[in-house]
Amino acid sequence: MLKYSEKVKDHLMNPRNVGTIENPSGVGSVGNPVCGDIMEMYLKVEEGIIVDAKFRTFGCGAAIATSSMVTELAKGKTIEEAMGITKDVLINELDGLPPVKTHCSVLGIDALQKAIMDFKAKKSA
Amino acid sequence: MRVYLDHAATTPCDTEVIKAMEPYWQVKFGNPSSPHRLGGEAEEAIEQARAQVASLIGAESGEIIFTGSGTASDNLAIKGVAFKWQKRGRHIVTTQIEHPAVLESCRWLEKQNFKVTYLPVDEWGVVQVSDVAQVIREDTILVSIMHGNNEVGSIQPIEQISQLTSERGIYLHVDAVQTGGSIPINVKTLGADLLSLSAHKLYGPKGVGALYLKKGGTLDPWLHGGQQENRWRASTQNVPGIVGFGRAAELVCERIVEDSDRLLILRDKLRDGLLNRIPDIRINGHLTERLPSNVNVSVAGVEGEGMVLHLDAAGIMCSTGSACSAHNLQPSHVLMAMGIRHEIAHGSLRFTLGRSTTEEEIDYVLEVLPAIVEKLRVMSPLVQERVA
Repeated sequence: MLKYSEKVKDHLMNPRNVGTIENPSGVGSVGNPVCGDIMEMYLKVEEGIIVDAKFRTFGCGAAIATSSMVTELAKGKTIEEAMGITKDVLINELDGLPPVKTHCSVLGIDALQKAIMDFKAKKSA
Repeated sequence: MRVYLDHAATTPCDTEVIKAMEPYWQVKFGNPSSPHRLGGEAEEAIEQARAQVASLIGAESGEIIFTGSGTASDNLAIKGVAFKWQKRGRHIVTTQIEHPAVLESCRWLEKQNFKVTYLPVDEWGVVQVSDVAQVIREDTILVSIMHGNNEVGSIQPIEQISQLTSERGIYLHVDAVQTGGSIPINVKTLGADLLSLSAHKLYGPKGVGALYLKKGGTLDPWLHGGQQENRWRASTQNVPGIVGFGRAAELVCERIVEDSDRLLILRDKLRDGLLNRIPDIRINGHLTERLPSNVNVSVAGVEGEGMVLHLDAAGIMCSTGSACSAHNLQPSHVLMAMGIRHEIAHGSLRFTLGRSTTEEEIDYVLEVLPAIVEKLRVMSPLVQERVA
């Protein structure tokens, strides 16, 4: 069986920031049903700062835990700071992930970055 | 509450089995091949176990080869027949839903220039006899089809298939690792030439298996270096394990009818309870032609590993065919072969009941799982209407 850290288990059992945001500043969606992971990230940005982040995920324990942690990390950060969150930072914050689950952390980062790109696109539109 | 519903993975050793094994670690520790009294004692014990395992499946003692596991039995049967009979032909027939021990042995044989046909199954996880008839060729030497599927519990039509193989002189290997101990087996009725069993699936110890080889049948041994097991399998025998296997087989013979009657009631209670309490859930596998211990469901919109981990946190142990719980990240090949969509396969849960399973445990699962599903569905982008 895969060994998850206590922190991963905590974020799986008690995920933070589950749900959607009405009139979000940006939305990012990644993954597909075939690979078994789908993540949606919703951001509320005020004056360049991410004031709220929410997620919905269809995926394994690691996918749920990384989604939850990404929203936690993103909240309160500026857009630039949030763009700097890497998968290594995320894995580190979760006290590690089984190597076979690294792709989940990549998905989490991708979802966040896509949501930020969406925000930027909307802003410049 | 601690609820073990993963008996298809393994079962606990019966207390009677442990008692039977106990003398063979330290007191009666002899090597069965030794010429002295300790050797004789160990040999006698093995022969008694051989008779016990033989009577579990309606075979004769001389038709039982003890091996190291169910996987070892499958490997010996498939590679052994292939190499022994390769001059007669190099074609093997199996199904897409076999255990990896069979599938990987066949894939390895393909690299040795054997040809293998992997038959599809229907949506219930059952292979069609007519498909077998259609793919058998002049050069077919072996058909290997499991008795009951380990994931979805579907029972395969072995008796009809054996009519096709026996009239053509083709070896029929049956992987009965999941059915041994679960439903009555008679090798004569089934018409099997080879049949694999594993001790730890029927309340015996891990590390022991058996291969039935019909009298008059022959294969190339796979392990070389000793005369043990009639030369079919060189290795000093695992005497305590084999003794335990024998006692476990004997207990199955005594209890199988009572056990399976009881499990059928609990299985159907769990199945119906899940269907009633959880919306958008489906049963995987055949409704009637299935193991009395197996309930396999897919929960729409939710991924299996998340459910397994939440259930584990609540003390309930079961398994999933989701890719995400597997180390290779591939979804269950069995569910895929049944034509089940990826996201539904990812949401599968397997509960396998056993001797220790009680009605209270089933009630507990029915109480706990709906809330877990609800929690995970709120999180899921695949369940749009449920998100506020």
